[in-house]
Amino acid sequence: MSDNNFRTCPDTGLLLHKPALRLIQANAVAAVVFLLVGGFMGLGVGLTRWPEVHLLGAQDFYTALTGHGINVLIFWIIFFEVAVLYFASSAVLRCRLAAPKIGWLAFALMIIGAVMNNYAVWALNSAVMMTSYAPMPAHWSFYLGLILFAVGALIGCFLFLGTLVIAKKEKTYEGSLPLVTFGALTACIIAVFTIASGALILLPTFFWQLGLISNIDAGVYRLIWWAFGHSSQQINVATHITIWYLVASIMFGAKPLSEKVSRFAFLLYIAVLQIASAHHLLVDPGVSAEWKMFNTSYAMYLAVMASMVHGVTVPGAMEAAQRARGFNNGLFEWLRKAPWGNPTFSSIIMSIFGFGFLGGITGVMMGTEQLNLLIHNTVYVPGHFHATVVLGTTMTFMGLTYWLVPILFRRELILMPLCKIQPYIFALGMTGVSMFMMGAGTMGVSRRHWDVSFTDATYPYEYASSALSMMSLNGLSVVVAVVGGAMFCLLIVGALLFGKKLGEDEKSSGFMIADPVTDEQYHALHASTNNAIPGTFSLAMIFLTTFALYYFINWKYLAETWGLS
Amino acid sequence: MTCLSPPAQRIWWNEPVERVELIWIGIVVVWGLVLTLMMPLWHVYGEQNLSTETYRTNPAQYQTKAQAMVDQFTVRTEGARQFPVVAPPVGSDVYLVARLWDWWPILELKEGQSYRLHLTSMDWNHGFSLQPVNINIQVLPGYEHVFTVTPNKSGEYSIVCNEFCGIGHHNMVGKIHVVK
Repeated sequence: MSDNNFRTCPDTGLLLHKPALRLIQANAVAAVVFLLVGGFMGLGVGLTRWPEVHLLGAQDFYTALTGHGINVLIFWIIFFEVAVLYFASSAVLRCRLAAPKIGWLAFALMIIGAVMNNYAVWALNSAVMMTSYAPMPAHWSFYLGLILFAVGALIGCFLFLGTLVIAKKEKTYEGSLPLVTFGALTACIIAVFTIASGALILLPTFFWQLGLISNIDAGVYRLIWWAFGHSSQQINVATHITIWYLVASIMFGAKPLSEKVSRFAFLLYIAVLQIASAHHLLVDPGVSAEWKMFNTSYAMYLAVMASMVHGVTVPGAMEAAQRARGFNNGLFEWLRKAPWGNPTFSSIIMSIFGFGFLGGITGVMMGTEQLNLLIHNTVYVPGHFHATVVLGTTMTFMGLTYWLVPILFRRELILMPLCKIQPYIFALGMTGVSMFMMGAGTMGVSRRHWDVSFTDATYPYEYASSALSMMSLNGLSVVVAVVGGAMFCLLIVGALLFGKKLGEDEKSSGFMIADPVTDEQYHALHASTNNAIPGTFSLAMIFLTTFALYYFINWKYLAETWGLS
Repeated sequence: MTCLSPPAQRIWWNEPVERVELIWIGIVVVWGLVLTLMMPLWHVYGEQNLSTETYRTNPAQYQTKAQAMVDQFTVRTEGARQFPVVAPPVGSDVYLVARLWDWWPILELKEGQSYRLHLTSMDWNHGFSLQPVNINIQVLPGYEHVFTVTPNKSGEYSIVCNEFCGIGHHNMVGKIHVVK
């Protein structure tokens, strides 16, 4: 590999393909830009839903809400995921990226699509929310923008797959794929399914707006749209869990507790998670109760099982590695002595807790046929997915970005004290956003709603005052979260512009990668105990207890409401 | 050996598994079965199971049925826009219209009695959010959804639209009175 298209990273020893690097840089930078744009719109949304502030007018509010959803949930996340796919194939496998020029075509399509969609939302009266439920119409360019973006992302997926083929052929690795690449592969497979579903619904809707199709059925739209909309969240889950494993290795030199269990859990995602989008239709007409029950659970909640397995194996891998390295006292020395001042680690560990305790538990509650009646379309729903997608996915991506800056851009981070506290500020704000919205939703407050006080309604309704206080606290949390998010964007952009330049062979001054824990160290640990992860296991028990309590309390709430049959 | 390198065995399926992982998987399988079984069990023992009885409909056809009910059972009008308040017979078919941006008409139901509530939209998606009891149901154009409701407490209830339906969405609030 003396090819001058490659350089060896002095910090990590990774062999980096330069054309791949440039693509990773471009996609990552675009991601952060859309995060900044979408986050700013989120601030407008949060300040408007704060009853005492009520910042924007109705039209601007609905426009900002549409733009917020699309920019952060689709553009920020998918640009970043394309960067992760290129990294997990070419950098991890020490392989050249397949067809970098086509990668630039993909990037251009994604940029054009994202800009076109934003233009439709802001200038062409297409504030139809991210879900754009037909028959509510948007301008045709709204759909075309999303289609172009998706085509670009799909090309990115095939470049990833092509790179795996090249790596296999050129024997850049031996045996099975590394776990990180394997996880990225599951994300890629789910992405292909997701984009196909998106095409299946967005193309006809686009033709409908051009006047070529007379009618889009409202129920069928929701059915197929959610095969796209929910599956795209499974791409996120597969990707951020892949990064959790990656970070366990770079921070602690950890290996997976067992390759077999972690990989099998990833495979379960492909098998079941991407089609479990039925839980969005639990209170829709036209689908039977049997259909709802089977398609949300697959007879035994296999998808939840996969996430619960990762929820133990990721911190478990960290714990086993820490214990093998000597932090073996008590239940939690391994966690106490973890690098809490490192923004990569702190982001990821808070992501694991937030995703599991806040996002996971509430997701299962919502995905239960009868319990869904209690929260469908209330602000509970955005409360839930701000735990999964923001605390889970976004914070994981932020954490990884801190680590990637010196590797990709050969720049040092700037203002390290601020980098250290940023994850905590963001996590604090977003935990508040998530919990207060869920609280207000439990009391009935509607999502996607401009006026919680119903000032101009003919027959106004007054929510409980505690529900309104929750919305105020949510507004306050939004401000904290936006401060944290803006700090992230500025610190990263600042590092790219003003960070100390590093030469090609110059080591970064910060911590970059831990030495792998040796087999002897693991053997010594296993010889001394038959449970290498007592701390993680006890946390798992606390999790399970919380889960069960919360789940059955909701059945009790349900039992108190009107009879329905 | 880390998550960044290939597993020791060429075939990852042959890799050993930690005992504690197997214990956890066992626990999770049992919990997954509990979660799954709760749904059919509630169909047998619970009282909140939304019917999925659905018919194809269109706005003109549905409006005719709703208008017939309003003509027959209106007891008074209410509010600035003089919406009819309809008190349908116990057990009868009750037609609620969701449209931009009203729930029409206002209903007056009896506590502890059951009614067959019909629900459809005349235009776009709407959300039936009954407050303060917090029952939430999706309303689609073209689909007439029929289910039985049994109000368990007298009082004044509101129907908030909780599916975004355009610029008047936040004013789309209807009413149901439940009397003894």
